Amino acid sequence: MLAYSLRRLLVAIPTILLLIVACFFLMHYAPGGPFTSERPLPPQVLANIEARYGLDQPLWKQLWDYLYNIVVHFDFGPSFKFKDRDVNDIIAQGFPISLTYGSLSFLVATVVGVSLGIAAAIRHNSWIDYFAVGLGIAAQALPNFIMGPILILTFTLWLGWLPGGGWNGGQWPYLIMPVIALATSYMGSIARITRSSMLEVLNSNFIRTARAKGLPTRTVIWRHALKPTLLPVVSYLGPVFVYVLTGSVFVDIYFSTGGLGQAYVGSALSRDYAVLLGVTILYGALTVVVNLLTDLAYAWFDPKIRY
Amino acid sequence: MFGNSQKTTQLAEEITDFTVIQGRSLWQDARIRFVRNKAAMVSVFILGLIVLFTIIGPYFAVWSNEEIDWNVMGDVRGMGMPSIETGHFFGVDDLGRDLYSRVIQATTISLLVGLIGAATALIVGTCYGIAAGYIGGRTDSIMMRFVDILLAIPTTLIIILLLVVAGRSFFTLFIALGAVGWLTMARIVRGQTLTLKNREFIEAARAAGVSEFTIMYRHVLPNLLGVVIVYASLLVPEMILIESFISFLGLGISEPYTSLGRLIAEGAGTMGYGTLWQLMYPLTIYVAIIISMFFIGDGLRDALDPKDR
Repeated sequence: MLAYSLRRLLVAIPTILLLIVACFFLMHYAPGGPFTSERPLPPQVLANIEARYGLDQPLWKQLWDYLYNIVVHFDFGPSFKFKDRDVNDIIAQGFPISLTYGSLSFLVATVVGVSLGIAAAIRHNSWIDYFAVGLGIAAQALPNFIMGPILILTFTLWLGWLPGGGWNGGQWPYLIMPVIALATSYMGSIARITRSSMLEVLNSNFIRTARAKGLPTRTVIWRHALKPTLLPVVSYLGPVFVYVLTGSVFVDIYFSTGGLGQAYVGSALSRDYAVLLGVTILYGALTVVVNLLTDLAYAWFDPKIRY
Repeated sequence: MFGNSQKTTQLAEEITDFTVIQGRSLWQDARIRFVRNKAAMVSVFILGLIVLFTIIGPYFAVWSNEEIDWNVMGDVRGMGMPSIETGHFFGVDDLGRDLYSRVIQATTISLLVGLIGAATALIVGTCYGIAAGYIGGRTDSIMMRFVDILLAIPTTLIIILLLVVAGRSFFTLFIALGAVGWLTMARIVRGQTLTLKNREFIEAARAAGVSEFTIMYRHVLPNLLGVVIVYASLLVPEMILIESFISFLGLGISEPYTSLGRLIAEGAGTMGYGTLWQLMYPLTIYVAIIISMFFIGDGLRDALDPKDR
């Protein structure tokens, strides 16, 4: 187990480094730098600006500085667009918001999805089963950017119960719709996976044995069936967390929650490469870490797996 | 030895009658299973209708997708609603353009994006996967490590990054979609190739002196087709989803072209003004396309991969 964890960690670190290097070269060779404007700057001014951002250094030096600052100081450098803020400020402002409703959606999707899937499998072919299956199908066609408009239409325009956007320090009326919009489709997928996995487990021999020796249904399900059921679900949770992170880009735009997504799309439109890369690298690194954790959780959950 | 009785003639006929027990090939079998799947057949029908709509629809259009109806433009809410008389069957959009023509254009583009994106992913992924799996050894582990690293990066963010860096165009969009789609495909194909390459018929081909490339092309590839088709059919709606997501954010396809995601975004932006049709028409078609494609993919999987049921 320890050797396996170390081996996985050894793969994860170069992955993140490679991501940073690849992003750096993408930025370097992108046409139209952040300082190209309609009125060309005098060469002296341009030289000064480039010196300020370290762009006059040789390429390897720039790459080294960029890498060094990220790894050692966790510093993504200055923003090209906002003169008084650097990328860290922007991330520090937006990331907590994105993380708040991202984790909430993740929690809601997992808890509700798993409960629904288990209930559907236990009461196979009942109304709750059909509901779970229906939700699983709808989930595929209702990603966050479809759910968002539908929710606002229902709860803000027709019923007038919830505010249509904003953050307001994360009060709960402002949280409900972003969380639901983000969680629904993954909730459906999780419910579907849990249901089919539970059905398979309930038909297996060791469950029949447990039943045959007279254990009550409750014990059979909680003590015997639950753990093997959750194995495929756990391996799906890593990707879900990543989807929730990228989905937050949409929520920030649509519900104006002020999270990192707003900064991301804004920088994409105004070619503020420093912010764009900073956020991509942050999310990429998070993805790698989450995948690592998922793999470790999987190994811990299923002692049969030998690596 | 035998007399020419009626019975012997009949027996002889039955023995030589090969039509009685006709073997079914794998593909026939799959087709029968697919046709029996009601959900998949209904989905094929709906998808067919939508494709027909994009082909025939333009002939009925009164307005082109670029014309602005100046009469309606001032009062989109009151006069721009769907009606037969004005020729705006789906109403007009926020700028007074005919939504019927725009929806046709958007549907065509969304379907094209899905198909081309999936096709790119299919070709690249299959070649890469077969090469990695068949060659094996150190080449295989290096190639797959590379895939693992790329898979660890959030796909939508990478597509946005590529679109920004290389400039927004159709070509970049297809490249970007293909660039993220082929990874899982390569993994699946490689896994399948690994199980195939030690089978007897491959060994027989090699013993007969068939070249390595021909073995990959003539013997490994046809046996992969089932898995590849199933995964590609599920990839098409996924590509449409990703493209719509990016277009919704305003980073994908740009004017004068449009896609369903863009139309949904525009409709969602104006729904507060009582012009709900601007959201509902593209949304309905979009949901119909996605759901039917997933059902078709599921049906194909059941048909081609029976052990999975």
